[in-house]
Amino acid sequence: MPAPRSGRSLSPEPVIDKTVPTPGAALADVFDGATVMIGGFGTAGMPSALIDALIAQGARDLTVVNNNAGNADFGLALLLKAKRVRKIICSFPRQVDSWHFDTLYRAGKIELELVAQGNLAERIRAAGAGIGAFFTPTGYGTLLAEGKETRVIEGRPCVLEYPIHADFALIAALRADRWGNLVYRKTARNFGPIMASAAKCTIVQVREVVPLSALDPEAIVTPGIFVHRVVAVADAQPPARSRATA
Amino acid sequence: MQRFTLQEMAARVARDIPEGSYVNLGIGLPTMVANFLPPDREIVLHTENGLLGMGPAPAEGDEDPDLINAGKQPVTALPGAAYFHHADSFAMMRGGHLDLCVLGAYQVSVAGDLANWHTRASDAIPAVGGAMDLAIGAKRVCVMMEHLTRTGESKIVARCTYPLTGLACVDRVYTDLAVIDVTAGGLAVIEMAPGLDLPELARLTGVPLAMGPHPNLETA
Repeated sequence: MPAPRSGRSLSPEPVIDKTVPTPGAALADVFDGATVMIGGFGTAGMPSALIDALIAQGARDLTVVNNNAGNADFGLALLLKAKRVRKIICSFPRQVDSWHFDTLYRAGKIELELVAQGNLAERIRAAGAGIGAFFTPTGYGTLLAEGKETRVIEGRPCVLEYPIHADFALIAALRADRWGNLVYRKTARNFGPIMASAAKCTIVQVREVVPLSALDPEAIVTPGIFVHRVVAVADAQPPARSRATA
Repeated sequence: MQRFTLQEMAARVARDIPEGSYVNLGIGLPTMVANFLPPDREIVLHTENGLLGMGPAPAEGDEDPDLINAGKQPVTALPGAAYFHHADSFAMMRGGHLDLCVLGAYQVSVAGDLANWHTRASDAIPAVGGAMDLAIGAKRVCVMMEHLTRTGESKIVARCTYPLTGLACVDRVYTDLAVIDVTAGGLAVIEMAPGLDLPELARLTGVPLAMGPHPNLETA
């Protein structure tokens, strides 16, 4: 007679183990032309070790989804500088330290899809939640709604917006267990939880992998079902000047 | 005429924010308003990158790269603060949960249309951020801006010539010359810089203005 499930203990050999030894191993199958979501708001929550590994890995012609378009000479900015990105989908590319994007954009070497930040977040969330599309008042009557379907709903004009799906999501979190349950740190959480749900393959860099049950189930922000690969990396901080700029 | 300084403008905006409000201060000039909120007043600041209960900048050396505001400057979290992800943050903004936001602007029209994200200049790189979400989502939308451009043209206009952020969304404008409400009956002047009178303000602004009935938000 099989033991009741509620009383089972986990087998000594982990069946579900999403940890991967290195960022390079985690990113080995990123292909040319892939759509890659990259977490972070500026450099807070930017998975810089994964981005560095993506630069080394060599995939090109990428479509990148991020709130910004890179800061200084760090992380995403270096991926752009390496000319791996064909198109970027973001809400706020122009910053005082976005010089690599600015140069590429002004030279016509990168395509920009500018999205209102709430639409960016909701389109990512919608992809993760299996929503077909949604109507929102954001952007109605503006350039960003040109050519889009509109409808008046309960007296309010709205614009139809579609989900953004990705092949890969690269995000950063504070801690994970081997099932991929995640907790984040402060405002570095930002796009991580929604991007994790919207990609076919979600890869997470964490500062620490802890044993199962070490994370409080009440406090887990991203349940492991949304996560496919976890890599522990030493904390990489951007240079101080790129942290303090708008 | 003695124009309001940026500090006076920020202090005036801060004075008008009712206690108990949930407030988003946009990047640029509006960020200054936080410096004038009395610490003993319970006003909860929201930042779009996932924090309610945002506090002032940390002491030098105490900056935390994981704790920043929408302008990506280091901030602190006050007792009672909460962190959340971007979809929740924008649900607060788009779902009508914020009592008030303060935004910078290039232009505001007499109808309350807002233009604050794109100049159409040939070398300009457009960036919109969360402005369109605040414009449609906050219960009350205030604008803080200089009244005139560097070349002396009014930024309060009959019709915006820059690309719009939102239609008929602005409730009140704070400038270095005046505080002006957008009402169904047109623009109502609440306060003017010392030494300025209505005919001169109307001449500088170039659109019809009337004196408003209410001195400030608390009694409005």
